[in-house]
Amino acid sequence: MAVPAYATPAERVWYYAFRIICGLIFCFLVGPLFIIIPLSFNAEPYFSFTQKMLTLDPEGFSLRWYQDFFTSAAWLHSIKNSIIIAVASTILATVLGTIAALGLSSRFMPYRSVVMAILISPMIVPVIISGAGMFFFFSSIGIAQTYLGVILAHTALGIPFVVITVTATLTGFDQSLIRAAASMGANPTTTFFKVILPLVLPGVISGALFAFATSFDEVVVVLFISGPAQSTMPIQMWSGIRESISPTILAVATILVLLSIAMLTTVELLRRRSEKIRGISPG
Amino acid sequence: MSVSMPGSQTNPESGVVGSGGATAPLLAADGRPLKVSLRRAMFKNKARALLLVSPLLIFLFVAFVMPIFSMLTRSVESNEVITLLPNTAMAVQAWDGEGLPDELTFAALAGDLKQGQIDRNLGRVASRLNYEYSGMRSTITGTARRITNLENPESWKETLIDINSNWADTGVWRVIKRESSGYTLSYYLAAMDMRYDEEGKIVRQPETRRVYVDLMIKTLWMSILITFMCFILGYPVAFLLASLPLSTSNLLMMMVLLPFWTSLLVRTTSWIAILQSQGVLNNILVAIGVVDDNNRLQLIYNQIGTIVAMTHILLPFMILPLYSVMKSISPSYMRAARSMGATGYTAFRRVYFPQTLPGIGAGAILVFILAIGYYITPALVGGESGRFITNFIAYHMQVSLNWGLAAAIASILLGAVIMLYLLYNRIVGSDNLKLG
Repeated sequence: MAVPAYATPAERVWYYAFRIICGLIFCFLVGPLFIIIPLSFNAEPYFSFTQKMLTLDPEGFSLRWYQDFFTSAAWLHSIKNSIIIAVASTILATVLGTIAALGLSSRFMPYRSVVMAILISPMIVPVIISGAGMFFFFSSIGIAQTYLGVILAHTALGIPFVVITVTATLTGFDQSLIRAAASMGANPTTTFFKVILPLVLPGVISGALFAFATSFDEVVVVLFISGPAQSTMPIQMWSGIRESISPTILAVATILVLLSIAMLTTVELLRRRSEKIRGISPG
Repeated sequence: MSVSMPGSQTNPESGVVGSGGATAPLLAADGRPLKVSLRRAMFKNKARALLLVSPLLIFLFVAFVMPIFSMLTRSVESNEVITLLPNTAMAVQAWDGEGLPDELTFAALAGDLKQGQIDRNLGRVASRLNYEYSGMRSTITGTARRITNLENPESWKETLIDINSNWADTGVWRVIKRESSGYTLSYYLAAMDMRYDEEGKIVRQPETRRVYVDLMIKTLWMSILITFMCFILGYPVAFLLASLPLSTSNLLMMMVLLPFWTSLLVRTTSWIAILQSQGVLNNILVAIGVVDDNNRLQLIYNQIGTIVAMTHILLPFMILPLYSVMKSISPSYMRAARSMGATGYTAFRRVYFPQTLPGIGAGAILVFILAIGYYITPALVGGESGRFITNFIAYHMQVSLNWGLAAAIASILLGAVIMLYLLYNRIVGSDNLKLG
């Protein structure tokens, strides 16, 4: 978007002012994420830049909070829990969500919009409400305070993301490919693994990453339905922020920011690849 | 299924098939009428689609719908009196609600209390009735302790009233009678800052005890403000993204999506680091002399903290729908408007902006829905003045253990969310929801 030739001087000023405003909004969006990275190397137990850090004195920086993180039994236990729960619920959500998305994108699917609205609802209903309900129901069937309970709960919360991404990949999916495979003698299972899955794989992986991120960052449900044995990393952070603010949290946060950059990059690359496969990419 | 038209050969009398005036139905290859075959094929396809979706529907029913349902039940359920004081609950039904119940009811109560003292389960019913009538906890537990060794006195009525004069209060018995049906409205009344008075009429809570309605209204106002802030900040960004060439806008889009992918707790933590009184922002303001060192701004643990942090967290949900709508608006409309003499501002206001209204609607409803149910961020950075109604759900779930009240507040919130979600489905359709 360049300034059009017919623009008046006032419009030219506005054009540049607009860009500056947008730049500031972008700073607002990503600035807070990057400000914690240098802070996590603070040698002092503060949440702010010390004089030594501002003068770039090496003594102002240290890795002590990272060391603190990697040597603390409580943190390591919670990481292990987070990974177990996130991986299990991601697998469950991805399998169920992908199969359902295949049905949903069939043009014969009855009550499509109603079913879709139900499948998306765990994302819309506030987590504190689902968490309270899961606490009541899971206690009554005896799976509160177990890994199974937390995994089922996180699967429910991750499902909308898988359904949305996979159905989005399936729109524009050429259904005649399925008939072509069948006409050449492939049974439905072979068709799924040899024809459908390779085409929708980028969407499936994106959905899985979304589900993983959801579970990996979930506090409220775990707070309600887990016992001390299932304490996860977000719970550890939550109680850290509420009770004792130690910069160890900033070290954890930095690691998580790097993780999210990695996940976002993966998803973005997958999206482009998927568009290329389906031939709808303009460039 | 292959379809041929054998009808013309097998049944020559039926006339010319396919000429439009056929009287006999078209037949499929297997000799069935085509209509039936087609319907069967359609049914098969529908069944197959449903079959693929059904495992997920069943799963969600167990892991999501049933929990919500049990929360709704919990908000009206009141089985303490009926299960823990069963004889009293039955006997009190015969009482007409005037004066005091008869001797039989008092004797039933004494029996239930003795049994409860043995089973050590009076605590639940005592605290349940205490919500309805303060002082009932000590009345029940105290009376139960005093009558354990008492065998058949002349009149249970006089004995119990002697032990605790509350038993001579008609109001107490009205509460017991009301709560012995198994269901109660009192959690919803409490959530709406109302209660039953001594005569059993519904009245508003005294001024000093009204909490929830004000907080619900405050939650709505703050959510509207947050939605508005997201709109103000999101609109220019979406406009810029939609008008830049794809290679540049993809890069900038990553900057929008990065906060979306980053842990909520990380984003909240960074706002604490920035906004707290010894934080980055205050330090900068002190360093450049805008703010006095002894007079640092209180930017967090109040409403400002909640609004800033939540605007940041929900902004991508506004930008993404706006972007996808703006992307579909052809730039030639604006050029046409300009060529007909409209100023830039008029062209934007009369031509461009109206076309972005669906995006604004979608983004605003989404942000608003997510905002009113937020818990984590208001709880961490909201302090006393910036908290949301969700904080009370968590408080009653975890601290006061008044689960019925927590469920009632949650159900009211759920009702609001569902209405907004239906509106969203109306306007946008949930199958148009996109993530990046």
